[in-house]
Amino acid sequence: MRADGIFIAVEVEDSAAADRALAAKLAEVCPVDIFVVVASGELELVEKNIDECVLCRLCLDAAPQGAVTIIKRYDNDTQL
Amino acid sequence: MRFYEYEAREIVRRAGIPVTEFGFATTPQEAKAAAEKITGPSVIKSQVLSGGRMKAGGVQFADTPDEAAAHTEAILKIEIGGQMPRGVLVDTKAQVEQEYYAGVVWDGSAKKPVIIFSPVGGIDIEQVAHEQPEKVGRRHISNLRPVSGYEAKEVIASTGVTGSELNKLTPIVTKLAQLFIDNDMTLAEINPIGRLPDGSFIALDAHMEMENEARGRHKKLLADLGVGDDETREAREPTPFELAGEIVDSEDHRGVAGNVTEFDGNLGLVIGAGGGSLTLFDAVRAHGGKPANYCEIGGNPSVSKTCGLAKLVLQKPGVDKIAVMMSIVSNTRVDIVARGVIKACLELNMDPAEKIAIFRIPGAWEDEGFKILDAYGVEYADRTVSMHEAARRAVEKIGGAQ
Repeated sequence: MRADGIFIAVEVEDSAAADRALAAKLAEVCPVDIFVVVASGELELVEKNIDECVLCRLCLDAAPQGAVTIIKRYDNDTQL
Repeated sequence: MRFYEYEAREIVRRAGIPVTEFGFATTPQEAKAAAEKITGPSVIKSQVLSGGRMKAGGVQFADTPDEAAAHTEAILKIEIGGQMPRGVLVDTKAQVEQEYYAGVVWDGSAKKPVIIFSPVGGIDIEQVAHEQPEKVGRRHISNLRPVSGYEAKEVIASTGVTGSELNKLTPIVTKLAQLFIDNDMTLAEINPIGRLPDGSFIALDAHMEMENEARGRHKKLLADLGVGDDETREAREPTPFELAGEIVDSEDHRGVAGNVTEFDGNLGLVIGAGGGSLTLFDAVRAHGGKPANYCEIGGNPSVSKTCGLAKLVLQKPGVDKIAVMMSIVSNTRVDIVARGVIKACLELNMDPAEKIAIFRIPGAWEDEGFKILDAYGVEYADRTVSMHEAARRAVEKIGGAQ
């Protein structure tokens, strides 16, 4: 899944989004609430919070390599 | 924060300055009881944070306690300057031979208190200064050291007051100046000080204003006076624009993006950081610019909060462009502010490159911030450009001095 803000885009692999334990971890670590766990236990992205991303890398550190991608849209789509 | 007269009189009394017998009343019955404690005629004064009381009928004289009660009933119904009275001050009607003025005010230019004294009291000191400048004495004092009697004496003597009067007025003015410092006042004024037939001096009216930020240091005094924590006592009611700014700030706990004050210029300001707001506001004016507002951002507000403030300023009627300027930031992130103000433009279908006259915020995450500004063609400046120069460029972009 992917959600785009004006400045930031966040991409999460479908398999990672379906992983309940990882979903809970991502929701816990993000300081600006980009990730939320819905009733089914799966992950969703909160679009209104995407541009609040502070580039802290906590979600990248919490997830397996490549499961989460943070994209700086203002910087030629550079990945964090 | 302004005090009502009855509160100011109590502050003066606590400082050891002689005052007439007085009481505060919120009903005719209380006013009657207060008048009974006063031997002789009384004066009933409406308690509003506004001038023009005498003209509006908010000051009446009473010969008996019953008359005081009747006047109180009438005065409590009179709106003055858009305010209904909180109550009335029941005061002694003193027989006065001469009226004097004494005041202490914070001099923002000198960054010191200044004592002002005149032997012509009972009228506006500005009028005296205009018509009889030789009758107004001034002297700056330290706000760190205790006030010395000689300092007050010098001011009084400079207006031609001598002898017994000088000696009796000196402790009153000294105590007034010390009261000013001890209570973090921005204004402490007794007008008039009355000289009674027996040669003694007494404070007949007082006007006090305390620095709002110092309220926390004077909780006991404020509690004693019954001043509630939620009483702002501002000089005027906030405008809808200012109230909207309060909402922007209060809806998101992250950082500060508010403290908005409305002005009537065409250059919107999104400014802040370590006193930067005041410096930048002054710099814009010094270069002939007309700010549309004052505000403060800092403490790392969120993108949405910065966006909310910027949208508010951008939508203010008469605003042509905004200038986004701060001192060097440490905890506030340049890139977050950049995102906020650009997002505000985009959500209002405005071109950031056209609407943002200048973005001058150096500091934390500035490289990332400058990438964002580059992407949207917004002119920005780093720390090699002073705040004054940034303000000059903003004013120039908007068409120079108005």
